[in-house]
Amino acid sequence: MDKINIEIKLENSTMLAVLTGEIDHHTASKIRSLLDVEIQNNNPKFLVLDFTNITFMDSSGIGLIMGRYKLMQYIGGNLKIINPSPQIKKVMSLAGLDRLAVIERVTPKKRSDYVAEK
Amino acid sequence: MLLKNEMKLQIPSRSFNESFARVAISSFFAQLDPTIDEISDIKTAVSEAVTNSIVHGYENSIGTIYIHAKILDENTIYIKIRDRGRGIENVEKAKEPMFTTCKTGERSGLGFTVMQSFMDKLRITSKIGKGTTVILIKTLNKR
Repeated sequence: MDKINIEIKLENSTMLAVLTGEIDHHTASKIRSLLDVEIQNNNPKFLVLDFTNITFMDSSGIGLIMGRYKLMQYIGGNLKIINPSPQIKKVMSLAGLDRLAVIERVTPKKRSDYVAEK
Repeated sequence: MLLKNEMKLQIPSRSFNESFARVAISSFFAQLDPTIDEISDIKTAVSEAVTNSIVHGYENSIGTIYIHAKILDENTIYIKIRDRGRGIENVEKAKEPMFTTCKTGERSGLGFTVMQSFMDKLRITSKIGKGTTVILIKTLNKR
């Protein structure tokens, strides 16, 4: 039933989380618990949330991102969001997330090299 | 041509139905040939309203969510989402951005803000112990 998949890639102190599917109140709890375990286990300096394959997000995603942003701040790290769709960006802007975290568009090439490059 | 159509849907307030509700609504309005942006706006607003009924209306219990979607005229859509949950104490307060009563989860308090921004009209009526009704109205661009 869960319309979400999370793939974690680690390199040095960067953790890339490639999210695929839809983010709503139902799927957010699964993403939250998985990310938090990975963050606690790996203590990354950089958390990159890859939104390229996220097809839907409502305000539950805002709570999710805000929570991870706070957690990264707490452990002295940073959060970056890459490739949200225009619609998702619209939801993020409503919450002022664009002022809080770095939201970036990256090319597919750079995206695949993301972890290696950091 | 004046196209009139409507549909009614009743679903239990289980979180996996959030996705079903927004897909069902967007499928129904596909007959108006909305743009991708318009359909995304509608799906997001519906998702917010249904989530509110699940998280706040029925809290930890399972109740029924009643959805009524109709085409008001050629290109205006109407969606009513109703629950018989606990109701909202102060609707004006609940509409404020970032306001949330939820202390346990990570709710952003932006549900009504999203509904208001993505739809043309938002009407909320609520009665403590009786439930909440949300009406969403949007006029689509003429194709």
